[in-house]
Parts: sequence; structure tokens; C-alpha cells
Amino acid sequence: MEQVKSFYETPSPAGLTGIKAWLLTHDHKRLALMYLWAVFFWLVLAVFLGMALRLELMFIGETIMPPEIYNSFFTLHGVIMIFLFVIPAIPAIFGNFFLPIQIGADDVFFPRLNLFSWYLYMFGGLLAVISLFTGDGFADTGWTFYVPFSVTTETNVSLTVTAAFILGMSSMLTGLNFVTTVHRMRVKGMGWLQIPLFTWSIYATAWVQILATPVVSITLVLVVLERFLNIGLFDPAKGGDPLLYQHLFWMYSHPAVYIMILPGMGIISEIIPVFSRKAIFGYKGIVVSSMAIAIAGSLVWAHHMYTSGMSDVSVFVFSLLTYLVAIPTAVKVFSWVSTMYKGSILMTPPLFMSLIFIYLFTVGGLTGLVLGAAGTDIHVHDTTFVVAHFHFTMFGGTGFAFFAGLHYWWPKMFGIMYDFKKAYIAAVLATVGFIFHYIPMFILGMQGMPRRYYDYLPHFETGNFLAGFGGILMVIGIMLMFINLWASFRVREPASADPWGGTTLEWSVPSPPPLHNFVEEPKILEYPYDFSGVLARAAKNKG
Amino acid sequence: MEKAIDKTGVKIGMWIFLYSEVLLFGGLFVLYAVYFHAFPEDFALGGKELNRIFGTANTLVLLISSFTVAASITAIQQRRKGLAIGLLVFSLLCGLAFLINKYFEWGAKFHHDLYPNSDLLLDSDPGFNIFFGLYYTITGLHGLHVIIGMVLLAISLVLVARNKISAERYAMLENSGLYWHLVDLIWIFVFPLFYLVL
Repeated sequence: MEQVKSFYETPSPAGLTGIKAWLLTHDHKRLALMYLWAVFFWLVLAVFLGMALRLELMFIGETIMPPEIYNSFFTLHGVIMIFLFVIPAIPAIFGNFFLPIQIGADDVFFPRLNLFSWYLYMFGGLLAVISLFTGDGFADTGWTFYVPFSVTTETNVSLTVTAAFILGMSSMLTGLNFVTTVHRMRVKGMGWLQIPLFTWSIYATAWVQILATPVVSITLVLVVLERFLNIGLFDPAKGGDPLLYQHLFWMYSHPAVYIMILPGMGIISEIIPVFSRKAIFGYKGIVVSSMAIAIAGSLVWAHHMYTSGMSDVSVFVFSLLTYLVAIPTAVKVFSWVSTMYKGSILMTPPLFMSLIFIYLFTVGGLTGLVLGAAGTDIHVHDTTFVVAHFHFTMFGGTGFAFFAGLHYWWPKMFGIMYDFKKAYIAAVLATVGFIFHYIPMFILGMQGMPRRYYDYLPHFETGNFLAGFGGILMVIGIMLMFINLWASFRVREPASADPWGGTTLEWSVPSPPPLHNFVEEPKILEYPYDFSGVLARAAKNKG
Repeated sequence: MEKAIDKTGVKIGMWIFLYSEVLLFGGLFVLYAVYFHAFPEDFALGGKELNRIFGTANTLVLLISSFTVAASITAIQQRRKGLAIGLLVFSLLCGLAFLINKYFEWGAKFHHDLYPNSDLLLDSDPGFNIFFGLYYTITGLHGLHVIIGMVLLAISLVLVARNKISAERYAMLENSGLYWHLVDLIWIFVFPLFYLVL
């Protein structure tokens, strides 16, 4: 198997050499790596923006930036993290790279459309950069672009929402591509219940991307129209209803949080069984819960609006629906924990980060229920409690799942292994920093500190100082993690085709995979998480 | 390594895309429903300002063009290239007629001081302003889709002329046709909402 050329080494067709071999490629693996570098860039930028915000808040009064810059910075932090990192990261990188391999296909169904999505992503990012330096500065509305402020503010909202519109389109076309790929390109013999769980979760995500994105597209179009034509569709003086904006916005943006978390759950569902050497507990339960989250998650948007003046009936209904989403989510958590029970656990950085994910995500999920209940939400609405909650889910959840996936698939993507010890240290630093960073925000929120405020009363200072301190620790941890991964390119310690002992198809091909992914006809296991082969091989090596 | 084209897969992709377009307009129809419920009288007044003859003419033009696009696909399948080209040119002319018609319709409204943020609309009842706001937003976005559809049909026309679309390989023409039908379908909902029910 060693003599097989990887997709890096396979010579490109004439006229497609050098940089063109990347920029005009239709290969899903190259596109995944192009997404990877772009996403890295945005992630690092937004992490430092976030840290600047927390440094500003560490002490009362102006610390490092004036209030206008602060407003633009938290908007930019949100826009980048949401539209350029969390939404695209896992589907566009790992989905692109591994979804086709996991179902035994040689590429996605629409390879050219895939390339087009990448260009849309880059173009959207470029527009966001341009909107920084033109007009009256970057939008200061927060990533939610709420009317009436987004229509009346002088800053560059039009260009920013156009960027979001284009990024939405890119994400939707990727979803369309994946749905078609899963339906039409599964290798012969792979039934629906033999699809690996990561692919299942990307499939569920893809449907949410297709169903929800057009709604935010039209909403953002309306914001631009309002800014240029003053139609008044959301302006009460002209007969409009500003609440309708919030409905339309969250009709997409709440399902979008499941676009963010479902792929992360898919990664964890891959990693836990591999390092427990045990079939995943409740395969069908996880599949069904992915689809259930996708469906129920589309019906809970108005829980962002309890205090906005909706009718009590709506509040009641949306609160109930919100609680329903907790059930499939808990099914997953219990399945992961049960998988590890009595497994023969092999500790590695990916598993370690998955465990951190489970812990942090559970805290995020449970505090979500505090916000989902109308009574308690009234108290903590729009406080830093909310900020802490969604960072626990988006960052402690999706972010750490992304890190875990990165460490799990790194040897497959690049054919090299990284240093374990530094990976552990980085993960511990990031987690300790994370807890110091966000737990004080829960407490501050309960005490009544509003989110997005530039300054605060003296009795909030201790909490904000601790949060800033934790933030610095966390950033050091994340940077160490990236430096460690980067160092693996220098050491180039080769990784075998199956360094972990996985059962899904990507571990049956060489690392990195050849251009057409498979050198021989893929063998489909009756059950995708059957470890008897892996265990037998391990026993043979020992004996 | 040329593989046989999976026509079903291509169609699945196209239908999902069309679905997303329907949802895009769905957001606007939600706005229409909410505001119609809030201001039924103003909407009725606004509806009287719209010219049914213009609307009906445009509906007919779009329906006929939808037929000719479908017929051009059949013509390609029967290897009658000349006929297919003729039908496509006719469909494009229909699209153009729709846009010209729309231009005159909007022009007449502008002439009567009915356009977004005009003094007349600002002074009238809020519901009246909302009605025309929705009218311009929805028909404007639909007009944009007519233009996109015409571009797709024009590309297909060139490909047919260059023999890139043939009886064996006509996915591009078929998908452009589907898009054109979508443009038609959306109009079939827009037309009664603005011209007939009020």
C-alpha cells in the first residue's frame, strides 16, 4: 500500500500546475485543506479580537480602546466567529474531506459547485474585510443586525450584511452538495444504517443549511433595501413591525446554532467508540436524535424573544418546544458516556478533547434550559449569562469538537503525527482558561451585568478581571495547540494508514489518501462500529 | 475517467436549490400575511391602484413562455435543433415582454407618486405604505429572478446552437427550464395576492 501516490503527489493535468492545481481544483480533499487555512486565519483573528474585548473589560473605564471601536470589535468578533468560523469550519473542512471517503465515494456529487462554494466563502470574507476599511467603519450593531438600529446607524452595515448573505449562500450550496452526495454516491452495499455517524450528522446539518439559510438571506436583503430605499417594512412610524425582523432573523439563526453543533456531535460520536474499542452505544438513537434535533431545532426560534413583547401564548409554546430539544441532545450525551462504560479506553489527545467537549457542552446545555424557561430568562435575558451560555456550547462544544477532530484526522489529512504531550498541555491550558473565562460571566450575569456594555459598576470588577485573566490563559492554550500542530510539519513523523484503530472507511486508505481516495474496492462492515477486526489485529501484533 | 452522468442526482440537486428559492420568497409571503392581517382595508385600497390588465397580460406571457421552454426540451429530445432554438428565442422574447410590461407598470406608479418613501405614501395610512413597500419588494425580487432565468435560458440557447446540448446530454437546458418554471410559479402566487384577491 506504501507505493500509492497521495493526492498531494499525484501530478496535476497540464495547464493546472503550481498554484492553479489548488485554486482550480475539483478535488474535495484539496478544497477541504483550502477551507482549513482560510478558517484558521479567521479563527485566530477573531480569537484576538475577543481577547482585546476582554482586556478592555478587565478594568473600569477606558483601558485599551474607545467605546465606538469596542462596538465594532464585538460585532466583528461575532460576525467572523459565526459566519466565517463556526458555521463553515466542520462541514466545509472535515465534511468535505471525510464525507465522501466515509461513504466510499471518490468525490462529492457536484465537484465544480464545491469549488464555487469555496470562492463564495473567500469572496464573503473579502467583503467583510473591505467593509472594515471603507465608509464609516465596520458595523456596530452586533452580529444580529437588529432593526431599527441597523437601518439607522451610519456605519457600514450594508456591506457587512452582503458579506453575510454571500457566506450564507456558500454554506447552503455546500449543504445541497452533501445531501445529493449522500443520496447518490454511497458505495454499493452501504445502506442508510451503515453510514458512519459523522456523515449522518453532516447530512442532518446539510438539511438545516438548506431549509434555514434562505430565510436569513431574504431578511438581510430587506435590511439593505431598508437602508437604501426607506420602505418602512420594519419601521412602526410607517406601519412596519420591528418584531417581525427578529422573527425572520431567528427563524434562520436559531436553526443555525444546530448547523454549528451537529457536526461537532458527529465528530465526538466517531472518536469515543474508536478509543473505547467498543461499538457505539445506541447507533440508531444517535442517528434519530440528529434528525430530531434538526427538526425540533427549527421550531424554537422565538425563545430569543421572550422579553420583546410577544404574546404569553407564544412564550409558552416556544418554551415548551425549547425543552423538547434537550431530549435528543441528552440521548447523545448518554450514548457517549455509555459507550465508554466498560470499554478498554486508550487515552489520546482526540479522546481527551472529546471528554472536555462532553463536560463543557453539558454545562452549556443545562444553562440553556435556564434561558429556555421563560421565568428565569426574564431575569438573565441580555446579560453576560447568555454570553457565557452560548460560548460554552459554541466554543466549549463546537470549538473543542473542532480541535478534537483536528487532532483525530490530522494524521489522515497530512500523513504526519503531532506531539502528544504538548497537545495535552495545550488542551489543559485552554480548558482551565476557558473555565476561568466564562464561569465568572455566569455569575456576573446573575448579578445583572448586561452583555455588550462597554463599562460597568465597581462591584462587577472582580468578575470581569477574572474573566480577562482566564481569557489570556485560554488564548495561550489555543496558540500552543496550533503551534504544536504546525511543528508536526517540521518533524514529519510519519503516520500509518490507521494510527488509532478506527473502523470507518477513511482508516482503510493510505494517509494521506490517494487522488481517487480508494486503491481497492472499499469493504463495508455489516455494522460501521464493529471493532472485532481491530481487536484481533491488536492481539496478533502483541502475540 | 469519464463516468456516466447520474441524471437523478443532478435533478435532486436542482430541486433542492429550487426549494431554497421558494423559501426565499416564503419569507416575503410571511410578511404579506402578517401585514394583510394587520391592515386589510389599506391593502384593499392599495390593490385598487394596481392594474389588472397589466397583471393578467404578464401572467399570460409567463405561462406561454413556460410552455415553450418545456416544448424546447422535448424538441431537443427529438433531435429537432432548429425548433428548439426557435422556441427558446420565443421564450426569451416573452421574458423581455414581461420586463417591458413591468417597466411601464412601475413607471405609471412612479408617475402617480407611488414609490418607496414618496411624499404621498409617507402622508397616507401606514398600511397603504406597507402595501406598496411589499409590492415593490416582491415584484422587484421576482423581476430579478426573471432576469436570472433569462440569462440561464440564453446560456442554454448558445449551448444548443453550439451542439453542447444534445438529445443525450440536456441537463443544463432542463435545469434552466426548471428555473424558468419556478419564476413562473412564484408569479402565479404573486399575481392573485396583489391583483386579484384585494
